Amino acid sequence: MKIVVNGEAAEIRAATLAGLIAELGYADAVVATALNGAMVRKAKRDATPIADGDRVEILAPMQGG
Amino acid sequence: MDAMTSTTATADPVEFYGTKVNSRLLLGTAQYPSPAILAEAIRASAAEIVTVSLRRESGVAKSGQSFWQLIRDLGVKVLPNTAGCKTVKEAVTTAEMARELFDTPWIKLEVIGEDDTLQPDVFGLVEAAKILVRDGFQVFPYTTEDLIVADKLIAAGCEVLMPWGAPIGSGRGLNNPYGLRSMRAHFPRIPLVVDAGVGVPSHAAAAMELGYDAVLLNTAVAKAGDPVKMARAFALAIEAGREGFRADPMEARDMAAPSTPVMGQAHFG
Repeated sequence: MKIVVNGEAAEIRAATLAGLIAELGYADAVVATALNGAMVRKAKRDATPIADGDRVEILAPMQGG
Repeated sequence: MDAMTSTTATADPVEFYGTKVNSRLLLGTAQYPSPAILAEAIRASAAEIVTVSLRRESGVAKSGQSFWQLIRDLGVKVLPNTAGCKTVKEAVTTAEMARELFDTPWIKLEVIGEDDTLQPDVFGLVEAAKILVRDGFQVFPYTTEDLIVADKLIAAGCEVLMPWGAPIGSGRGLNNPYGLRSMRAHFPRIPLVVDAGVGVPSHAAAAMELGYDAVLLNTAVAKAGDPVKMARAFALAIEAGREGFRADPMEARDMAAPSTPVMGQAHFG
């Protein structure tokens, strides 16, 4: 299905947010996630389905002031 | 820290939400020439709290992961920010994600109102602070020196206030010393941190001499020709300014007053 990950179009196979994280290679990474503008906790990713057209944000620790 | 421990300095920790730290310098982690220089600058600054952010992770480089490992290896406390957020919703969502990512209730709350000055949108700031405090966050609001806004932030549950010295990254120093002094006088027991706009160590010393509890800065160190040396310079300036404040400075006066005794001066006329 076609979704948007971090602002870029992506074609993915995963059916859940946890599956998407693994598919994109972030399974072992420290990341926080949001689906369609709302945060999804790590513990809830397994139970969060992904649908066509969804917007996913995957954020990581970064330098900041 | 060893270079900074003078014979006269006494233990003088500052407390944020029940957490005591000995360094009154909070250091940002952005814009350094390299990760190695960032790490060395943090060590040279003796800062115990550093600010961090969260941004979109890149699929290939995964640069966020190595940065996070570097920070964890340094053993410092992190203060995540909501930099760049312009709405209450953005700031609140970013704070929630930061709490999970960094495993801390601390949040440096920024709600930016305008691009040229990066001035806080104080209306959005107060609204976001209310939501976050209710949700269990310990909020460090990036604000102006406005006393009424400060009152409302405290009423919202903020136990620290961080007024700007000057616009973020400008290096102009303390634009409104009167306003900052007034804020200190109005809120004698709230930890106050000058955040942003500091350019050189004397600016930080001046903030401490006003009685501020700490200084938060980033660009002044990161963009210096020698960030590590500048980090140490700021640590020294902040310690000097704090000691000067605690030593109860003399009052300034308009006219000269001889410091050498007049009594006993010889007359040769």
